[in-house]
Amino acid sequence: MSDKKPISSVNDFVVRFANVNGSGSASANEMFARAILRHGVPVSPRNIFPSNIQGLPTWYEVRVTEAGHLGARGGVDMMVAMNPQTWDKDVAGIEPGGYLFYDSTKPMPSTKFRDDITVIGVPLTAITNSTYTDPRQRQLFKNIIYLGSLSALLDMDPKLIEQLIGEQYKGKEKLLSSNVHALHLGRDWALQNLKCPIGLRVKKSDKVGDRIFIEGNSAAALGAVYGGATVCAWYPITPSSSVAEAFTAHCKKYRHDPETGKAKYAIVQGEDELASIGIVIGASWNGARAFTATSGPGISLMTEFIGLSYFAEIPAVIMNIQRAGPSTGMPTRTQQCDIIACAYASHGDTKHVLLFPEDPAEAFEFAAAAFDLAERLQTTIFLMLDLDIGMNHRLCRPLKWDDARQYDRGKIMTAEMLEEGRDFGRYLDVDGDGIPYRTYPGTHPTKGSYFTRGTSRDRYARYSEEGTVYADNMQRLVRKFETAQDLVPRPLQANAERPTKYGVIYFGSTSPAMDEAIGLLEARGHQLDRLRIRAFPFHSSVASFLAEHDFVYVVEQNRDSQLRQLIVNENGIDPVRLVPIVHYDGSPITARYIAKAIGDHQDQLKVTPLRKAVS
Amino acid sequence: MTYIAKPKFHHPGLKKNELGYTHRDYEGKISTLCAGCGHDSITASIIEACYELSIEPHRVAKISGIGCSSKTPDYFLGNSHGFNSVHGRMPSVLTGANLANRDLIYLGVSGDGDSASIGFGQFAHSIRRGVNMTYIVENNGVYGLTKGQFSATADRGSKSKKGVTNTDNAIDLVAIALQLGATFVARSFSGDKGQLVPLIAAAIGHKGASFIDVISPCIAFNNHAGSTKSFDYVREHNDAVNRLDVLVGRDPIAVDYAPGTVQVVEQHDGSKIALRKIDADYDPHDRLGAQTFLARHAAKGQIVTGLLYVDPDAEDLHEHLNTVETPLNTLEADTLCPGSAVLDKINASLR
Repeated sequence: MSDKKPISSVNDFVVRFANVNGSGSASANEMFARAILRHGVPVSPRNIFPSNIQGLPTWYEVRVTEAGHLGARGGVDMMVAMNPQTWDKDVAGIEPGGYLFYDSTKPMPSTKFRDDITVIGVPLTAITNSTYTDPRQRQLFKNIIYLGSLSALLDMDPKLIEQLIGEQYKGKEKLLSSNVHALHLGRDWALQNLKCPIGLRVKKSDKVGDRIFIEGNSAAALGAVYGGATVCAWYPITPSSSVAEAFTAHCKKYRHDPETGKAKYAIVQGEDELASIGIVIGASWNGARAFTATSGPGISLMTEFIGLSYFAEIPAVIMNIQRAGPSTGMPTRTQQCDIIACAYASHGDTKHVLLFPEDPAEAFEFAAAAFDLAERLQTTIFLMLDLDIGMNHRLCRPLKWDDARQYDRGKIMTAEMLEEGRDFGRYLDVDGDGIPYRTYPGTHPTKGSYFTRGTSRDRYARYSEEGTVYADNMQRLVRKFETAQDLVPRPLQANAERPTKYGVIYFGSTSPAMDEAIGLLEARGHQLDRLRIRAFPFHSSVASFLAEHDFVYVVEQNRDSQLRQLIVNENGIDPVRLVPIVHYDGSPITARYIAKAIGDHQDQLKVTPLRKAVS
Repeated sequence: MTYIAKPKFHHPGLKKNELGYTHRDYEGKISTLCAGCGHDSITASIIEACYELSIEPHRVAKISGIGCSSKTPDYFLGNSHGFNSVHGRMPSVLTGANLANRDLIYLGVSGDGDSASIGFGQFAHSIRRGVNMTYIVENNGVYGLTKGQFSATADRGSKSKKGVTNTDNAIDLVAIALQLGATFVARSFSGDKGQLVPLIAAAIGHKGASFIDVISPCIAFNNHAGSTKSFDYVREHNDAVNRLDVLVGRDPIAVDYAPGTVQVVEQHDGSKIALRKIDADYDPHDRLGAQTFLARHAAKGQIVTGLLYVDPDAEDLHEHLNTVETPLNTLEADTLCPGSAVLDKINASLR
């Protein structure tokens, strides 16, 4: 029936599951991804879900990639179309030569299919209904049954899936055996009635290594546990809620006193984001390591407090799991759209430290580092994740911790130091790095107390409306921000094989797509040096990179090329030399998109080399 | 007079409390509020209460929002850390501070604009959670710093200094605090130090959310005829249900009370409150009764003052969260970090 040759590919294809949310498909789909990992083949799964609890379309996409390309690829080789609501769009989205897997219990008119794809029908509902009577069971096991059929079609080892089911239902024998039974129902039907395997196949490999499979939010929460956070205050908001939930789960496991059973942490679900950041600031002022997790709308609400943290110099860690804005925007879609909002959050002259992890492993490291930085710099540190990293399982290097590592609690003036007669000025720059000493409340009966306020004050924290006193303090804050440059994670540079005048800057979740795009661009004959920015304020190597290249592409996932704006603003360079490459439809950026955008621009440059034209 | 530096010397014969501190050790900077401001009387009462309780001044954290009332923590307990935070957000900052170190005494100072308007939500939720604190609202029914606008506690029908009549219903913070489960609720009047000082002392001794609404006339913008928060009005309509004596330690109750007129409440910290009943039928352990009593008297235009409700066996937020006795801010990597061996196991579970 197809007039296009079916796609034939081993360990390199994209399967997309179209489901209805609330149908229990998520765990079966995730098991599919994990099963492929157990074959030693890397996968990169992504949940595409609505802001809804039950009834709306949801998709789960699994990129099977022996080459280890963990960014989204774009296009679908096999569609598992389980949602009639999105059928037409789902069928239309399949690559020519691709495969459509559907529930064939009810006959479909031929107009509902395409000629250039392979259609695979399995009577899932019929199989399910003849086996199960309970409606809830029917719904849940239908998902496992299609997983079984897929295992046959894609030539997967059923033992590996059984193993996963065994791990998931350990100790729940009844559930375990019924799941295995459902798996084989689907698998056996496919083996008996369909040509197995199809052109897409999973073959055992050894490309996963010791990597782990974890969501960025969970890794960041674990980083907070390892980094010594004791107070967490939060308000539920997608896509950040799972940070606080994971922190709660990790703390329950690792933070209870074995003897008394008491908690070495305090978690409060605030009444809103204002209360959450207020609690964080109160706790940090009092010497505890505290954080909140939120997303764009929460950042907007927190800005007054963020200004207080900047001006009164109180540590705070804010994990911002970015989603598409502005306003409520697309709450369940990814973007890197809060760069400017966070870098300059709050009224008046403010600047804040931002950290840009590329994956869960860095989310863990940077989360732990954020608490050291917050206490060292006595200001707000933003951990800038996004939905793509935060809410999807990502394959990444194992998490590491050095047991010799101590927390950097920053400049704390103790009772002993005060007793020795050390001069304590809360806003006095004794070391020339712009960072003053602070005392914890309750330190000493007669020395070291001060009044914290968001109003202007002198070096000894005495209220002052003197212009020179105010300016002196604002200048010191600039010095402190300069100090931050050398404390935050440095950019990582990777040069092209041959020297080139072209460079590209990127950050955060764009990383895997960018790495893959470099290969595609090289194939087109374009050489580019890469700089991955990992923090703001920008290290001096960013300015050097800009100076060394004629044109630098800045790849990011927002409309207004916000990182580019920040680079232009902070480095005072000619904006013409920074070419924006932006992707902002709410889906994760792909290598194909980047390679096309940069490649097309490069091709144009080759026709009219701008540098020669102007010189 | 606020430009004159406060002299440091004091009378050599000044009385000392149990810890050897004089009254002066509990004072702060000279107030910058208007002469005659009710808030300064509250400041004096806080100083008096802390002196009487022999609290180490530096073991108190005083936290406020924004407004005239929120400036006052600078004027008492000069050796304590203070935090003049964000408008309406004292409760969250105090909650966080309390979570970080459960060993300090937390004094939240706020105003009616701060707690009944912009920070109404934070007021409500800190009470709901049972944060161990003494939350004082210096209630004058008016925005003083911005020169005389009505606040949300201004009574309906009361008049502003410019002669405008307030048409909005008033928020009664005491009624709300009772409804939300505050375990120590009181109202007093800045002009009645005799009532206010023991109330503050008892509130500090209470473990849980203590709330005191102190009517504190604004001498500049809300002390005229037609105001229901003026000195004259409050004196005329004050309906005290009881008077308190706070007995620190385990001293026997003084015997000069007539039998049946005194109710003794033992607090968590071992101190005792002797309540001298004025209204014989008023029971400060009856939350529902207190709510009805308040509503009935408010309808008559009366301002009920005194200790309105107390639950001596209250639990606080730390008990709800089951936190360790050691202050969280003293814990270091050795007790907080699960270490690399655990991380290896976590890694293994993620493959």
